[in-house]
This record gives sequence, structure tokens and C-alpha cells, in this order.
Amino acid sequence: MSQTVRKPSRLEPWQDAKETPYVRIEKVSKRFGDFLAVDDVNLSIYRGELFSLLGGSGSGKTTLLRMLAGFEQPSEGKIFIDGVDMSGIPPYERPVNMMFQSYALFPHMSVEENIAFGLKQDRMGRDQIRERVAEMLDLVQLSKFGKRRPHQLSGGQRQRVALARALAKRPKLLLLDEPLGALDKRLREKTQFELVNIQEKLGVTFVVVTHDQEEAMTMSTRIAVMNQGYIVQVGTPTEVYEYPNTRFTAQFIGDVNLFEGRVIEDEPDHVLIASEEAGCDLYINHGTPTPVGSQVAVAVRPEKIMLRKEDDDGVADDRNLTAGTVREIAYLGDASIYIIELDSGKTVRVTAPNVTRRVDMPITWEDRVQLSWRPYAGVVLTQ
Amino acid sequence: MSRQGFLSLGDRMSDTPPPNVGDGLAGIWRFIVATLRRLGLWGRGFVIAAPYFWLLLFFLIPFLIVFKISFSEAVIAQPPYAGLLQWISDPDLGELRLQITLNLSNYLRLLSDDLYWSAYLSSVQMAAVSTLLCLALGYPMAYAIAKAPPSRRGALLMLIILPFWTSFLIRVYAWIGILKANGLLSNLLASLGLADPSFELLYTDFAVYVGITYSYLPFMILPLYANLEKHDPILLEAAADLGCRPWQAFLRVTLPLSMPGIIAGSLLVFIPAVGEFVIPELLGGPDTLMIGKVLWTEFFNNRDWPVAAAVATALLLFLVAPIMVFQYTQGKQQERED
Repeated sequence: MSQTVRKPSRLEPWQDAKETPYVRIEKVSKRFGDFLAVDDVNLSIYRGELFSLLGGSGSGKTTLLRMLAGFEQPSEGKIFIDGVDMSGIPPYERPVNMMFQSYALFPHMSVEENIAFGLKQDRMGRDQIRERVAEMLDLVQLSKFGKRRPHQLSGGQRQRVALARALAKRPKLLLLDEPLGALDKRLREKTQFELVNIQEKLGVTFVVVTHDQEEAMTMSTRIAVMNQGYIVQVGTPTEVYEYPNTRFTAQFIGDVNLFEGRVIEDEPDHVLIASEEAGCDLYINHGTPTPVGSQVAVAVRPEKIMLRKEDDDGVADDRNLTAGTVREIAYLGDASIYIIELDSGKTVRVTAPNVTRRVDMPITWEDRVQLSWRPYAGVVLTQ
Repeated sequence: MSRQGFLSLGDRMSDTPPPNVGDGLAGIWRFIVATLRRLGLWGRGFVIAAPYFWLLLFFLIPFLIVFKISFSEAVIAQPPYAGLLQWISDPDLGELRLQITLNLSNYLRLLSDDLYWSAYLSSVQMAAVSTLLCLALGYPMAYAIAKAPPSRRGALLMLIILPFWTSFLIRVYAWIGILKANGLLSNLLASLGLADPSFELLYTDFAVYVGITYSYLPFMILPLYANLEKHDPILLEAAADLGCRPWQAFLRVTLPLSMPGIIAGSLLVFIPAVGEFVIPELLGGPDTLMIGKVLWTEFFNNRDWPVAAAVATALLLFLVAPIMVFQYTQGKQQERED
């Protein structure tokens, strides 16, 4: 897949053919009775990644994580961690720690005792334990709370204790099950950055399960989008957002307008798709190996569509250009969402930043508007 | 009550409107409700006050009577003890005196006679051993029920409670049939060539242990189950994730978390077992010394009510300490759950 938009800001070991993956999941399936929770999953996760498993409930993401932790055994396939086959290896012998969704803090122990739990189990010296616990409390900024019991802490503090406890044994691989799920929105955003900072500081490989696409986008080096037990797409946040490979990914990550159509031109440098729904031909300037005549959908993100009033000057090119009527406007402050009914009857969502003050807004309810987008904006989806 | 009385009461309780005579019964009812409400005895207060009143009536008052008897002197009369209060009137001197006689000798006898001390100690020992036996048997059972699929738990709990549906005495008599010479157990052992058919376990301390452990086992299992059932299985996964083998996770997580259940169950077994009378009487031998038996002997055989009352009072005081420990831990647990 092309990398036209993304500027690499971190190491990208998955691009390097010589790199060996730290976690290798090979043809793993998991059945609970008749139910296929995880369906033939193949994944390679590299050292130092913050890898997200993203999907709705029942997508198999948590089951996959639990198989990495050793709480479930794959029905088929194998999992290798650091080159070692994990088949039959119980959780307490894996070089892996997990941060649980409910945090699973021990209610009968103080914060310090919780963090020291795994260290005591490893028979670490008492001074060493004290040192490590202090270090972990410092890392999660809870130094003053060491003597408290979990029930005396706020949700955000508990979350950080859970993180500290999971990191205390210095695992090479940390599994996080909805790490921010129980926090409110503001705290979640703040904690996202903290998690990434801690991950980069310690160089631990993180595998994060989340249903929150924004969370996955913000934190991850790569995202695996899961649906009904199988992996739909693996890629960097930019890849899965800008180049979704299926309708599922396009609709699951961010908002999207899908136009059904038929391929009428298929050249190496572009495709042209006739779409009654869109009310115009759709021109896309990156080739897609799609035979002429096949039914496809074109995904166009709401923020990539430009709006203008219809009575403005006309434009020469009538491709990627259609018209409609404004039905709804949602003012969000920084941007506005316009719901536009095309002449074909199809409803389209357009996001536009509010570069001018609202009072000056040129477009209002029931206005006739033109919608247009650049040739690179659309993505052809065959599945 | 006169209308005047109503009015004056109504005046004092300014927010309680005096009932109109015309309202009849409804008005009086409203007045009663309003008065009770003022006293905090309506609604929630009433619900709480009613059982307290019950306890007061059926626990405190009988106890005070027993307490009173423990200070009196045994006499051959009906009832067999002397009153504490005595009016002495001397018409010659024109005197009328109220004489209160507190006889402390009953308590002194408890201290001086070895019988009571050794009965106390052996009761405590028997109760403690039985409690440990109940714990050793009950913990695995409670744990197994708590871990069973929810659909099966009800049936398993039913099996624990089922023996209560037959008479306690019949169940103890059943043990006589099992433990006696030529009984079920000795015949079984004999058929295996392990013992003579005349081998008898009945009328020994062992039989008492068996009887108490058997009878009180449900009181251990039920609070333990109630505690263990609440444990979040994810905590064991967390322990496994941090390097605990299953038995280590049990020792470091399950066992400490089940402490309130262990204490509750142990007290529920220990406290009644200390004062147990029926089981040592039926299953124990002549040497089995328990305070419940001593109490019985004093009361019915020696007809020394004051000493029996002193024994009962001392036994109660002796048991107050464990109850306080029990309530303290219960309070702690509730605090933790809040």
C-alpha cells in the first residue's frame, strides 16, 4: 500500500524485511462451542510497537489478547513470543503482563502491595522491591498514594496503579485491555498521551485492545481492524483512515460517504466510476485493479468534500462535482457538519472548518450547494 | 383522654395539628402517626425499632432475670431461690426497711471449684477443634459450590441445607446408630477385617467432635459461600498474570479475601458449640466435660438455680468477646465494600 500521505515519525520495523517480529500469531482460531470467536488470524507485531486491536464488541479482539496472555489456548494455530512457541505455556510462565479492563486490583492490598505483588512472586529482594515500587509510583505520578487501598482512589488513579503493577516486572510485552475504557473523555485524552510517553520511555511493546477508533488512531503505530473474529485490515492509523480496504474499515474508522457505482474506465493512473447515487462520475487518480463494469463503492471522507453555493461561478470539470440541498447543520465550534441531500436523494455528510465567524457563514439551511472533491480524495472499495 | 388533654398535647407539639372531633377515627389515627413520626418511630424508624423491641423483650429481659437469680441464695422452696429484695418492717420502731441481699458466693464458687474451670476450658477446646474441623471440611465445599456453574449452585446449596429439614435430635440419634458397638461403622470395619464388631466410638470425645462438626457444618459453609461467591475471578487471572501458580494465587488472593467469611463461619460454629449440651449428652461419655452439661446438672439435678444462673451469666460474658470481634470484622468488611 502506498505511503503518500504519512510522514514516518517513528521507526517502522514492519517495513524492514530483515526485522523479526517479536510476536507472531500464525493461523490462530478460537472456538467456544459452535461460536468462532477468532477466525484464522495472522499477525506480526514488532519490538517497541504500540499495536492496537480495534473492533466492536464480539469482534474477537479481547479473545485474541487473552490468548496472548495465556488465559485461553488457541483452538488452532500457534502464537510465538520472542521466537518461543507459547502453546501450553500457562500465564504465570509467560514473559507477558496484562492490564485488565476492570483493573483487577487486589482490594485487600495497598497500592504499594499491589505493585509489589509480581515482584514478591519472583522473590526479588526487599530493598529492590521497595526501589522498584517507588520508581513505578513515580512513573505514574502516584507517589503520595502508595499506602492507600484501591477503593480509596479515583478511577483515573486506579487505572494508573493497574498500569504500574503491570509494568513493575518489566515485561517485554504489555497487553492492555481497553486501558482507557472506564475513564471520562477528558481524562482519557490526557491519559492517551501519558500511555504513549511511558511506552516510548520504557521501550516496551504494547498490544492494546480498544473499541474506540479515536484512541487507536492517537496512540498506535499500527492498527489491526477486527470484525467477526477476523482481521479486516492492518496498517498505520493514516493507512487505515485514508486507504480503507473495505466498507467495514471505512465505516468503522471515522465518518465516510459511500457512493455505489460501476467502473467505466480502468487505467493504470486513474479509474472512472459512474454513480447515479453521487449524481456525477467519480474520478480517482490512483489505480485500482478493478475490471471495467464491476460494481464498487467509493468512499469519500466528509472533510475532503468542499462546499460552495451553487450560484457561484461554475467550474470546468464536472467530475467529482455534484449538487444538493443543505438539510441540517451541526455547529461544533471548530467545525460544522453539513447534512446535504443530493439530487439523487442520497444523504451526504460534509465537515468544514469554521474559518470565519458563524455570523458570516455563507451557507445556511435549505441552500442549494455544490459539492466537489479532489481526485485523490476517493477510495475504491470492492468488498 | 379528654378533649382538654388532646388540646394541651397538641399545643406542645406545635406542628402536630390537633384532631378534630368530627374526623373521628381517621383524625386519631393521623394524630398517632404524627406523634410517632415526631419520635422518629414511623416509616424507617418503625421498621428498625420493631426488631429491637423484639430483641429487648426476648433476650434482655430473660437475661436480666437469670442475672438476678445468679445473685440470690438457693433455698428449698418453690422457686428454689430467695428473693433479692426484702421489706423489713418493725411496727414497734415504726421502721420500714428495704433490704437488698446480693449473694456473690455463686460466682466465688465458679472460681474456687475446679469443675467449672475445667468444664469451660474443655468446652472451649472442643468447640475450637470442632470449628477447625468444620473449616477444614467446609472451606473446600463452599469453594466448590462458589466455583460451580450458577445453574448448579442452587441445587448444591440445597443439599447443604437439606439436613435442617429433619429434626436435629433424629440426626444426632442417627450418629448413635453409626458409632455404637455393632453399629454401622464397626460392622463395616469388621467386614474389612480392620476391627472387632464390638469396637465402639460412641460415648467418647471423638463422637462429640463428629456430632458437633456434622451439626454445625452448614453454619460454616453458608457464610463462606456467601463470601467466596462474590470474588471476582479476574483477580485470580491477574495473580496468574503476575506469576502465581494456582495454589499461590489461592494463598495470596482468595484466602485473605475470604477472611471475613472464615471469621463469620467460625464464630457461628464456635459460639453455639461452646455451650452445646445435647450432643455431648447423647454422644459423649461420662468423662466428656462441657459447660452445657454442667449447667444442666446444676439446674435439673442439683436444683441449684443460683449457681446455674451464675454459670450461664459467666458463659454469656465469656462469649461476648468473640461476638464483639465478629461485629468488628463485619464492620470492617462493610467499610471495605463501600
